[in-house]
Amino acid sequence: MTRRAIFDNKLLPYALLAPQIAITLVFFFWPAGQAIFYSLVRQDPFGLRVEFVWFENFVEVLRNPFYVNALFVTLVFSAVVIVIAMSSGLLLAVMADGQIRGASIYKTLLMWPYALAPAVAAALWLFIFHPSIGVLGRALNAWGIPWDYTLNGNQALLLVTMAAAWKRVGYNFIFYLAGLQTIPRELLDAASVDGAGGRQRFWKIMFPLLSPITFFLLVVNVIYAFFDTFGVVHSLTRGGPGKATETLIYKVYIDGVVNLDLGGSSAQSVILMLVVIALTAVQFKYIERRVHY
Amino acid sequence: MGPGRRWAMFDSRRAGIVAAPPAPRVLPLGARWRPISWVPHLILLGGVVVLVFPLYMALVGSTHEAATIARGDMPLVPGDQMAANFRQAWTVGEGLRVKATPVQVMMANSLIMALVISTGKIAISVLSAFAVAFFHFPLRMFFFWMIFVTLMLPVEVRIIPTYAVVTNLGMINTFQGLTVPLLASATGTLIFRQFFLSVPDELVEAAKIDGAGPMRFFWSILLPISSSTIAALFVILFVYGWNQYLWPLLITTSREMETIVIGITKMIGTGEAQTDWNIIMATTMLALLPPVLVVMLAQRWFIKGLTATEK
Repeated sequence: MTRRAIFDNKLLPYALLAPQIAITLVFFFWPAGQAIFYSLVRQDPFGLRVEFVWFENFVEVLRNPFYVNALFVTLVFSAVVIVIAMSSGLLLAVMADGQIRGASIYKTLLMWPYALAPAVAAALWLFIFHPSIGVLGRALNAWGIPWDYTLNGNQALLLVTMAAAWKRVGYNFIFYLAGLQTIPRELLDAASVDGAGGRQRFWKIMFPLLSPITFFLLVVNVIYAFFDTFGVVHSLTRGGPGKATETLIYKVYIDGVVNLDLGGSSAQSVILMLVVIALTAVQFKYIERRVHY
Repeated sequence: MGPGRRWAMFDSRRAGIVAAPPAPRVLPLGARWRPISWVPHLILLGGVVVLVFPLYMALVGSTHEAATIARGDMPLVPGDQMAANFRQAWTVGEGLRVKATPVQVMMANSLIMALVISTGKIAISVLSAFAVAFFHFPLRMFFFWMIFVTLMLPVEVRIIPTYAVVTNLGMINTFQGLTVPLLASATGTLIFRQFFLSVPDELVEAAKIDGAGPMRFFWSILLPISSSTIAALFVILFVYGWNQYLWPLLITTSREMETIVIGITKMIGTGEAQTDWNIIMATTMLALLPPVLVVMLAQRWFIKGLTATEK
């Protein structure tokens, strides 16, 4: 797509683009290239000799049981976060849509967690579910359910998952509400005239019409669950106890920054890069197809 | 919200779906798709309780003494230590057991980071969108795709090498290091470009006839008509900047440079019961206040911007 009316300076456009392109080259392309380079080589401990090893780093990473564990944790964590955050967002949006009294108050009270940093959400949940000082953590123990996420890996994973999902409900709520408000009222009214009940109107009309938004939200929620939840894990559990809450992105950080394993961490980075590229490609392909008809 | 208003609000989105204005309501209000009218309220109230409860407990925690919380019998209602706790967090930042930077320092750091990132991203992307939309020049699409591809390279997947670049440039523990690497914005460029392509050709021609050069046109015409797009992007990018985590965690090692979100994690540490939870919760309340306020006050812009940006 291009405009008809344009300016015809020769050098000005390059000057206008310069800041963006400079930052992109220095902080995006160069580091990404480095990540790919380091994922294909092996260095001796002193960094004196560099040996090209093809995909050995990748093979090593994929064979590493800790990596497989992190992959498994990430998949379970992401699936639960996405299902909870999207279904509650949709449910609340359907309820807040329509002529309900106080709709704008509900809207404000339901969307604010969007503005929270994942690590701040983690702090709020920690304070509630702390085994000895948290209001609900203590209650669980008092009711005879031994609760201590610092010792029990499953409980740690549960806590991290709930905090991450909780923070995301508001985001999905905003999008579903905006989507619902584009559905023509007459369609729903016509369905009621034909005797469709609330449930039928939801499954036969609203849900299918929301499918583009659902698809879009699915992609961005996968990206959220994979990458943006680093703060939740780092703040709440540091990947522990053991490796119970070590997600892929947390492992890249630990292996690269703490364990200083350049090759392994770079290989993991490249694998994650491929995940993002695939997700973005799928998303744009879908949007393009939607635009065409 | 009446039917007229909802249609007005989402006018542009409706365009492709239906052409006619909404027909008068077929059914009386009571007979809409809500068989029992208190069910939605119940579900919405349930949602509000689940979302607000953790915030309320943090508020309660910030109003009691550390010892009360550590004993494990903190009441469910606020205590009388609020002023003292917030003052201590703001000016000293540390309690008996927690060593931390004063909140006023961390808040200032976070504010600078959020403002530089949001305004910088807007400035850089509005300029590049202007170049791509209003000029024809060799390699135009190449540059556009180059910006576009950065969507696929979030900082999380190139942590170590980007960190190495920043170290080599001597930008560790500086505001430049904290902000400049995050300033490129593919989303901003895409949004502005899309908006610029919809600017009528007549406007450009008229400006040219009046003798305005490209930069004059940019300042006097293009920027003013972009103001609502800029406002919407600002809200989203301010929240994005304020909430940065992984990057400041890597780049800032000195106390003076700490941002407030990182500061909270450091204060919590291993999460012992015997720590200054009152100060930590006061800090948490202060940390979430600016982005939540911005989002709430600019709610309409923000929702419009968010639903447009991410699509």
